Amino acid sequence: MSVLDIKEHVDARGLSCPLPIVRTAQAVKGLASGDLVEVLATDPGSLKDFAAWSKSTGNEIVEQGEDGGVYRFVLRRK
Amino acid sequence: MDEPLNLVLFSGTDDKLQAAAVLTAGAAALGRPVNIFLQYWALDSFRADRIDRDHGLAPEAGAAGREAVDAMTRAGQASWATTLRQAKELGSVDIQACSLSMDLLRIEQEDLDPLVDGVEGVTAFYLNAGEGRIVFI
Repeated sequence: MSVLDIKEHVDARGLSCPLPIVRTAQAVKGLASGDLVEVLATDPGSLKDFAAWSKSTGNEIVEQGEDGGVYRFVLRRK
Repeated sequence: MDEPLNLVLFSGTDDKLQAAAVLTAGAAALGRPVNIFLQYWALDSFRADRIDRDHGLAPEAGAAGREAVDAMTRAGQASWATTLRQAKELGSVDIQACSLSMDLLRIEQEDLDPLVDGVEGVTAFYLNAGEGRIVFI
């Protein structure tokens, strides 16, 4: 189990591109620098999309994984 | 990522507008500004009294394409107008109507959905586009 202090959760399961990223970007806007957000997504483009979003915006991927078609990301606000 | 993404929307069918809305929302999520220029049938689809109607699909969609799009809608996929509204909340998205197309279609600005920020000519569009790429849909 994760012991990270997660401030916000985004359940983007069942949502298609680009909504997982859009919902995440909206959630991150409301956080302070250094806060963590957890995202669950089933969109098959998620792995590459979250990597690109992280690289472009500077919000860091702290954890990522996949279980039964559900991708999980923990991101830290820049 | 400061160069804007510039979309010229010409086609008014729901599939092409959906594709444009996805590109817009993705750019907005990356913090990249987006300029949208509405011409011809795309502009017609932004009329306030028609924006939520069925605008059909591109001819290549066929019956199978229609079925696939309907299945996505039933699964809860947001409409292109909803996706554009979310993109505007998220980032800098400016939507302008082409003044020539306004004349052609006899549209006044008050006839348009509030998603449309204003009316401009092609010169203003190029000026705002700067060095960013221009995509025609």
